[in-house]
Amino acid sequence: MKKKLISMLMILVVAAIYLTGCGDSDSKKASNDGTKKGKVYYLSFKPESDQIWQNIAKEYQKEKGIEVKVVTAANGTYEQTLKSEIAKSDAPTLFQINGPVGYQNWKDHCLDLKDTDLYSWLIDKNMAVKDGDGVYGIPYVVEGYGIIYNEEIMDKYFALSDKAVDINSTSEIKSFDMLKKVAEDMTAKKDKLGIEGVFASTSLLPGDDWRWQTHLANLPIYYEYKDKGINDTDKLEFKYAENFKNIFDLYINNSCTKPQMLGSKSVVDSMAEFALGKVAMVQNGNWGWSQIAETKGNVVKEDKVKFLPIYTGMPEEEKQGLCIGTENFFCINSKASKEDQQASIDFIQWLYNSDYGKKTVTNDLKFISPFSTFKDDEKPTDPLAKEVIKYMSDTSLNTVSWNFTSFPSQTFKDNFGAGLLQYANGKESWDDLKAAVIKDWEAEKTATK
Amino acid sequence: MQRTLKKYFIVFTLPTLIAFAIAFVIPFVYGIYLSFCSFTTVTDTKWVWFDNYIKAFSNNKEFLNALWFTAKFAVVALVSINVFAFLLSLALTRKIKGTNIFRTIFFMPNLIGGIVLGYIWQCIINGVLSKFDLYLLSDSKYGFWGLVILMNWQMVGYMMVIYIAALQNVPSDLLDAAKVDGAGAMQRLRYITIPMVMPSITICTFLTLSNSFKLFDQNLALTAGAPAKQTQMLALDIYNTFYGRNGFEGVGQAKAVMFFVLVAVIAFTQLRFTRSREVES
Amino acid sequence: MIRKEKICNFFIYIILIALVVLFFAPVFFVILNSFKEKLYISSNPFSIPKGEMFASLTNYTNGIEKTSFFHAFGWSTFITVGSVLVILLCTAMTAWYITRVKSKLTSFLYYMFVFSMVVPFQMVMFTMSKLTDMLHMNNPLGMIVVYLGFGAGLSVFMFAGFVKSIPVEIEEAALIDGCSPIKMFFTIIVPILKPTVITVAILNTMWIWNDYLLPYLTIGLSTEYKTIPVVVQYLMGSYGAKDYGALMALLVLAIIPIIIFYLCCQKYIIKGVVAGAVKG
Repeated sequence: MKKKLISMLMILVVAAIYLTGCGDSDSKKASNDGTKKGKVYYLSFKPESDQIWQNIAKEYQKEKGIEVKVVTAANGTYEQTLKSEIAKSDAPTLFQINGPVGYQNWKDHCLDLKDTDLYSWLIDKNMAVKDGDGVYGIPYVVEGYGIIYNEEIMDKYFALSDKAVDINSTSEIKSFDMLKKVAEDMTAKKDKLGIEGVFASTSLLPGDDWRWQTHLANLPIYYEYKDKGINDTDKLEFKYAENFKNIFDLYINNSCTKPQMLGSKSVVDSMAEFALGKVAMVQNGNWGWSQIAETKGNVVKEDKVKFLPIYTGMPEEEKQGLCIGTENFFCINSKASKEDQQASIDFIQWLYNSDYGKKTVTNDLKFISPFSTFKDDEKPTDPLAKEVIKYMSDTSLNTVSWNFTSFPSQTFKDNFGAGLLQYANGKESWDDLKAAVIKDWEAEKTATK
Repeated sequence: MQRTLKKYFIVFTLPTLIAFAIAFVIPFVYGIYLSFCSFTTVTDTKWVWFDNYIKAFSNNKEFLNALWFTAKFAVVALVSINVFAFLLSLALTRKIKGTNIFRTIFFMPNLIGGIVLGYIWQCIINGVLSKFDLYLLSDSKYGFWGLVILMNWQMVGYMMVIYIAALQNVPSDLLDAAKVDGAGAMQRLRYITIPMVMPSITICTFLTLSNSFKLFDQNLALTAGAPAKQTQMLALDIYNTFYGRNGFEGVGQAKAVMFFVLVAVIAFTQLRFTRSREVES
Repeated sequence: MIRKEKICNFFIYIILIALVVLFFAPVFFVILNSFKEKLYISSNPFSIPKGEMFASLTNYTNGIEKTSFFHAFGWSTFITVGSVLVILLCTAMTAWYITRVKSKLTSFLYYMFVFSMVVPFQMVMFTMSKLTDMLHMNNPLGMIVVYLGFGAGLSVFMFAGFVKSIPVEIEEAALIDGCSPIKMFFTIIVPILKPTVITVAILNTMWIWNDYLLPYLTIGLSTEYKTIPVVVQYLMGSYGAKDYGALMALLVLAIIPIIIFYLCCQKYIIKGVVAGAVKG
């Protein structure tokens, strides 16, 4: 009996080895066909530009004969998708991290890129994610966000004789108090202005809440770091929680959607509301232009779309500019084959240096590129990108850096977003939310160490 | 015959056994081992004893919440599905026209997959609730009842078909005899029909209970656990612990082992319990 | 007495018809919305798509294009049909063998198969997807092997239950006549097993066609072998765009083949389910 069991196990083992052997020889065959050519598998982060990446992949394949595959992860699930994909033998060769925190998670998979041309093209070398001597993540886009407004609607408001403020244009809004006065007065007169609300829906649908738990949350954290002269912390004080509440309450109470319905709204919904002229303002970044422009029935005029900094009631905030930075760093999978690594590097270098590539980056992806290969006239010309460039070059304003790259984890952000949803639904008090954020920050920082 | 056949062991069983080993035996055994390890992939395991099991409970309340939510859901689904299915099957075993058509229609939703179903119901429930300025994620109770409705829609037809088959096997002369003896409709149901179809009740409760406990696709598509993970069931919680964050793979595996033990215990006790009832009646 | 019954039946009819409407409503709802512009689906879910709301077939073309739906349909079909055929062949042989040959080993195997039925997929999801990846089985053929392995429990159990009820004398007579066991299995046993074959085939088809997590974890998003449930979930998540229009269209497309399949073989399906339940 025992003998039989043993022999059966033996058979199983042999069979398993045989199967593996089979598989191996298959894959060897495959790589023999293309010893010189690697292939590229890019796991993309930006759902809104998925189609453009697919086109880039097709073009590169046509031009160079190299297979490029682009898969886009769902909103808020990048880490999760990367994790299940990278465990496969056919893993992404090119992926991205969101900064130093992301690097900690993926450092085993990040190839040192300091000898690549791409790194030498990077204008501000400080922007790269470094560890010791090595360069492991290279930023590929500079982005800015703030409050996007439709000047046409705003002008209509400022032309009203019974307006509650004594300023005459949106550019004169220089503080939270003024923004609040304008927004609340506009809400009172929304029928006259022909809008459904001042702000587009504060999309709190899980996965679509990143504009609040990440981007908006950046402001209080930025100021807290600035006060303390740090750029990361294990223990958050959440000193400026009140400021966050200021602007968040303003958003949800002067919106075209009732606060208790916000959790049903997605980013697409918000951008569509703005594009259709139902609202005057929406908080988002310059990447949102394509969504505005592509909405069917879009009524927003290109020269009437501008940015306003996100004021939260901080002292001296008239000097505050937009939030500009990046959370998009290219990484090459160090566990991929040498050919694939090279193919991936070649692919991004082509994208940021060839004529076709640069044109696509500028006009389709509408990226403000951080590389020296781009001339002054090779910058995106859409209204939002132009505004970001304008704000960047205005030296009288302090640009708010992107400190959310130091947020402890996706779980932290998800919990924060879920908390905001509960708050908007009236199921959780602000104090509880604040306490939960502080506690969660510490817990997640410890857990992901 | 035994002796002749013994030589054919390989021919008859080997393909199944290899596949079974790859898809089940090896992953299962290795899974138990991994639940005692800290790891991010299978090559960097470190033995940590019961650390993962402790973390599953101590780190936050997610696992217990998911367990409680799942248990609540399973009980409600079990009762509602079986009651509805049984009533339907009683209606359809009366001698009325068109029972076959009704049966065909009621069974149909069962063939639609969980992911597809989840999205269908997400849109419907949001549509209905929006009339009241509410939506699926306003409160976890909507997610809960949404899931109950969805499961009823999907499973009632399946269970009904099983009950119909059982009811058709209840000898009609027995019922007629009872009727002559003056037994009312309720009495006949209580003392003749139900004991006669007890085996089917066993099967249906078993099927609904284990399906409810293992529910994943519908949960993922309908609410994905929102709001604030309050509608997250065990299977989804395990999946999220595993793939949602780095460093928690071991905890996810430990939760999976506990999940397995729970499902196994329920399956066996329930089977024993109802089987013993059958013998009595 | 008879009148009373008639009134009773009348009410039952009304209830049944109301239920039919309820059962069809969701499907109807999805079809309705699949012709609606995506922006109106969440704001006007119950209105009839007309005027500016009407999207003609754009949702369908969008959905099909974004997900390469027909590819997914092809792979779903291939994996389902392939797996079911392999499961039928292999598990019927195994079940027959371990029922007929009585030894500690075979009864141990039998209990292992039964045991595997209660193990939830989450228990093995990580290790299994890891193992299949190491064995280079992250392709449709590999999937078939995985489905054979993971589906073996139920199928062996059901075949074994049926084999027990077949009198062993026929087989013994055939063997004495010099028939080889393999030939005998296919000429004598398989025809007898036919009803169970149908049951097992149907239960497995329903499971594999709709399965999401297993193909998602083993095949993943990067290959062209995505199945229908995987592309539906992918569409909903990945295009961040949350294109409800395309989703509705895709849901309709995902349901149609199942309904056709169901209408063609509904007699067998219902019989199969009943038989499966009685043995289970």
